Amino acid sequence: MLAYVIPLCAAIVGVAMVLNLLRLIQGPDMVDRVLALDTLYINALALIVLLGIWLASDLFFEAALLIAVMGFVGTVAVAKYLLHGDIID
Amino acid sequence: MKRWRGLPHPWLSLVLWLIWPLLVNSFALGQVLLGALLGWAIPLLVKDFLFEVPRLRHPLRLLGYLARILGDIVIANLHVAKLVLGPKSRLRPAFIEVPMALENEFLLTVLTSIISLTPGTVSASLSPDRRTLLVHALDAQEPARLVEQVKRRYEAPLLEIFECSPM
Amino acid sequence: MSFWIEALICLFLILGSLFALVGAIGLYRLPDFFTRLHGPTKATTLGVGGMIIASMIFFGSQGDGLSLHELLITLFLFITAPVSAHMLAKAAMQQRVKYIEKTQGKPWDQ
Repeated sequence: MLAYVIPLCAAIVGVAMVLNLLRLIQGPDMVDRVLALDTLYINALALIVLLGIWLASDLFFEAALLIAVMGFVGTVAVAKYLLHGDIID
Repeated sequence: MKRWRGLPHPWLSLVLWLIWPLLVNSFALGQVLLGALLGWAIPLLVKDFLFEVPRLRHPLRLLGYLARILGDIVIANLHVAKLVLGPKSRLRPAFIEVPMALENEFLLTVLTSIISLTPGTVSASLSPDRRTLLVHALDAQEPARLVEQVKRRYEAPLLEIFECSPM
Repeated sequence: MSFWIEALICLFLILGSLFALVGAIGLYRLPDFFTRLHGPTKATTLGVGGMIIASMIFFGSQGDGLSLHELLITLFLFITAPVSAHMLAKAAMQQRVKYIEKTQGKPWDQ
């Protein structure tokens, strides 16, 4: 059953990522693009978790955790830059 | 409130101690000891940067509160899913100002996070004097009722569980 | 792996990916930035949470004991998602992003 469900879920997440990408291209504002990138990060994390289950490998945990941390730091840094024109104040 | 200087944040130490074996995914004795060492050393090194966490008065009730929030997160998600997939004319977005009775920085952070995660609302901004929180709601029939619900359901239990003086 | 465990994993995976899709649909079709903010902060976070629970059950049933470390990712996401949403909302108000007309109330000046 998993052999069918995992590709299906990957397809659903793929559609979600395409929608995020459309929003990223469309804008219209800077913050919309940042939000789209943030969502793209989280969906990529979901794909990596799926890949981990598909290959039955524990190694993808570290990759997923790193993506989560990097995505958060990146989003906050860009948001602070938009807010103050400066990241470290 | 008395604080032991060798262990400035006991709860943070406990959490760090638990997180380390989870991170390496092994509860072997060596990892647990290393976790204990990290849990003791990290709060000591960064204690100047941490803000004051009020003392926990009812640990058991905190668990109940967390369980209720988890349930609310799922319900809020179903609600948001319905709004997102339904017609756009059904949306009734609103900016709402919620007065805050909490004073403590840590509890304010917790409350704003809970508001963002739960009932179709995102906390957007806190006024400089920390008395008012601006909240954006996706589906606000009556803003006054939403304010009342946030205060009763999420803020009042926090005031009860933690030892802090309401203003 | 027994049938029921596999079914449970499949259920969580499908629920998780559907929530992720709902978040993305919300991001794509809602009319203004502040309404769009709701999709990713709630639905996507819960979607990934569901998938991670599925992964926990899967690796737990593989035989080498309980696998709890995936919980850390869920915890991290649930702590960080509101923070980044708050920062983005503040940035949006500072940039005076447009909002749809029927919105009640007004954003603050940052």
